[in-house]
Amino acid sequence: MKGYQSVRLGKDQVSLLLDKNTIVKLVILIIFTFGIFIVSASLGDLRIHPLTVVNLLFWGSGTELEQLVIYQFRLPRIFASMLVGMGLAVAGGILQGIIRNHLAAPDTIGITAGAGMSVMIFLWLFSDENYSLMVSIKWLPVAAFIGALLVAIFVYFLSWKDGVTPVRLILIGIGVSALMQAGTTIFMVLGPVYMASQANIWITGSVNSVTWSDVRVLLPVTIVLLMIAFISARNVNVQSLGEDIATGVGSRVQRQRFILLLISTGLVGTAVAFAGGIGFVGLMAPHIARKLVGSSFGSLLPVAALVGAILVMLADLMGRTLFLPSVVPAGVFTATLGAPYFIYLLMKTKNS
Amino acid sequence: MNGIFEWKNLGKVAVAIVFLALFIGMSIILGYTDTSIQLAYEAFTSFDGRNEHLIIQSVRLPRALIAACVGASLAIAGVYMQTLTKNPLASPGILGINAGASFAVVFVLSFFEVSSLNIFTWVAFLGAAIAAIVVYFVGGVGRKGLTPMKITLAGAAVTALFSSFTQGILVTNEAALDEVLFWLSGSIQGRKLEYLTSVFPYLLVGWTMALVVAPMMNVVAMGDDIAKGLGLKVGLLKLTVGMIVILLAGGSVAIAGPIGFIGIVIPHIARRLIGNDHRWLIPFAGLLGGVLLLAADIGARYIVMPQEIPVGVMTALFGTPYFIYIARKGFNKG
Repeated sequence: MKGYQSVRLGKDQVSLLLDKNTIVKLVILIIFTFGIFIVSASLGDLRIHPLTVVNLLFWGSGTELEQLVIYQFRLPRIFASMLVGMGLAVAGGILQGIIRNHLAAPDTIGITAGAGMSVMIFLWLFSDENYSLMVSIKWLPVAAFIGALLVAIFVYFLSWKDGVTPVRLILIGIGVSALMQAGTTIFMVLGPVYMASQANIWITGSVNSVTWSDVRVLLPVTIVLLMIAFISARNVNVQSLGEDIATGVGSRVQRQRFILLLISTGLVGTAVAFAGGIGFVGLMAPHIARKLVGSSFGSLLPVAALVGAILVMLADLMGRTLFLPSVVPAGVFTATLGAPYFIYLLMKTKNS
Repeated sequence: MNGIFEWKNLGKVAVAIVFLALFIGMSIILGYTDTSIQLAYEAFTSFDGRNEHLIIQSVRLPRALIAACVGASLAIAGVYMQTLTKNPLASPGILGINAGASFAVVFVLSFFEVSSLNIFTWVAFLGAAIAAIVVYFVGGVGRKGLTPMKITLAGAAVTALFSSFTQGILVTNEAALDEVLFWLSGSIQGRKLEYLTSVFPYLLVGWTMALVVAPMMNVVAMGDDIAKGLGLKVGLLKLTVGMIVILLAGGSVAIAGPIGFIGIVIPHIARRLIGNDHRWLIPFAGLLGGVLLLAADIGARYIVMPQEIPVGVMTALFGTPYFIYIARKGFNKG
């Protein structure tokens, strides 16, 4: 096994096979991510020189205005973009592995829409007359997670007919998405008027209104789930071989599939709770990652995470700089890129 | 085609007409403001400016007529899309035509000062046409050409793209949001009669053309090769049907916003009830479409009284289970 480095922790409970090629690419992607981070922090209504940004971030120099703009306005959304991108990308990668279908993604099989609807129900149930939440915002990702999970199970169950074919899964996903959107609209109409415009921004997917308090919830949850996902990568590898082989090599297929599904929906739920339905990231990022490092999930998932982060950060950067003074939600750009990509994948697909 | 069946079909169409009339009547009478048959009758014979009379004349009647026309148009468009693409899931909503028309309308509303309903309608046609062309070609490239599966997924992708653009415009342009939001989820509430009258001629043309090509579509339904062998100009016919779909779906969006699932549910029900002969299927599906949208609209008034939900939400609520049922059944038995 030249070019590989194995890492074992504990009593072989956790083992990773690191590909040197992957590590090189990971490092490049990390540098790239950092570059976009700095550029993103420096661009906007008020332009701040990138070097000033670096100084400001590491040594706390800079004028009061610059500090305010960067710390209060830009950093929260940049962090959120990064985390949301990572979450969606890894969730998409896992889904593609366990469903064994390259067209699967949180949005194509309806999970995003499900999380969206349960967030609307949550806001509707727990808002008082002053439009403020009666319970802690920390419960929002929980609500989104429950919605995402229920829809995932629902779609999977409905698609079952002597097994699940990828095509049926996606068709049912389209149908269930439509149903969830109808539900979302009902709660928009039922809820206070201010919620409608909020919800609209949020359905398109945007990190516009993210604050530090959101990031404080988003960050730990996403990091923990990502860690679990990376550790479980080898299980995804086995799953992607198909049920028979997976059983044959001694994997507890059903249990692992369910755990992986939980991780994936958890990531989607968290992302959707704070940034709404930023579309197609979960579809594109794993594909791009597969082109870069191949389809072993140990390398694929971390690379996909970085690609996802870069995609959403770029989308947000474009959204708030290209059409000044208006701010376009990041979801518009990811869809502009992602929908043609989906069509391209579709064209390559063999007819079933 | 023997005579007995024709009589039977005529009977079914007559029943559908009775139902349509019944639901138009119910749509005029039922709602938040209580009215009665007598009041409705008086509103047209001896109008005296009473509140109820005003509501009936200026709110309920336009609404009922719009529901009937839009429902009929969407159903007919759905029938032809299913025949043309040989795809049981084809409909203006699923294949992205509604989304395209909506995007065009929102785009023009936000960036140009347009108040003429006529321009508005043409913009909707244009958007519908662009979406239809994109989906048709995208669904058609690649190996094996236009498969039902591919065209459905292409439609879903195009819908996602256009609705994301629409949302983007709306979000950056918050002033427009309030007026457009309700319309965008498909609504016939508060539409004035002028909306209908400005679009009605196009719908009428669409319906007439739909009836005229019906006998030829019977042949096309048997397969392109057979149709060509029998001397039909299939390409030209398909183009005509494409135009009918664009007229009917685009016109419907211009009046009522994107209302989904009528175009998918009704053709199936109609086929089951009256068979595959397009000469009967088209008028019958049109009538049923009107009935369904009227019923959905009446339901939309009662479900969260005193508020109303957009009728598009209602159609989605009962349409998706049907969609899922068809998707599960699969494409093989068309």
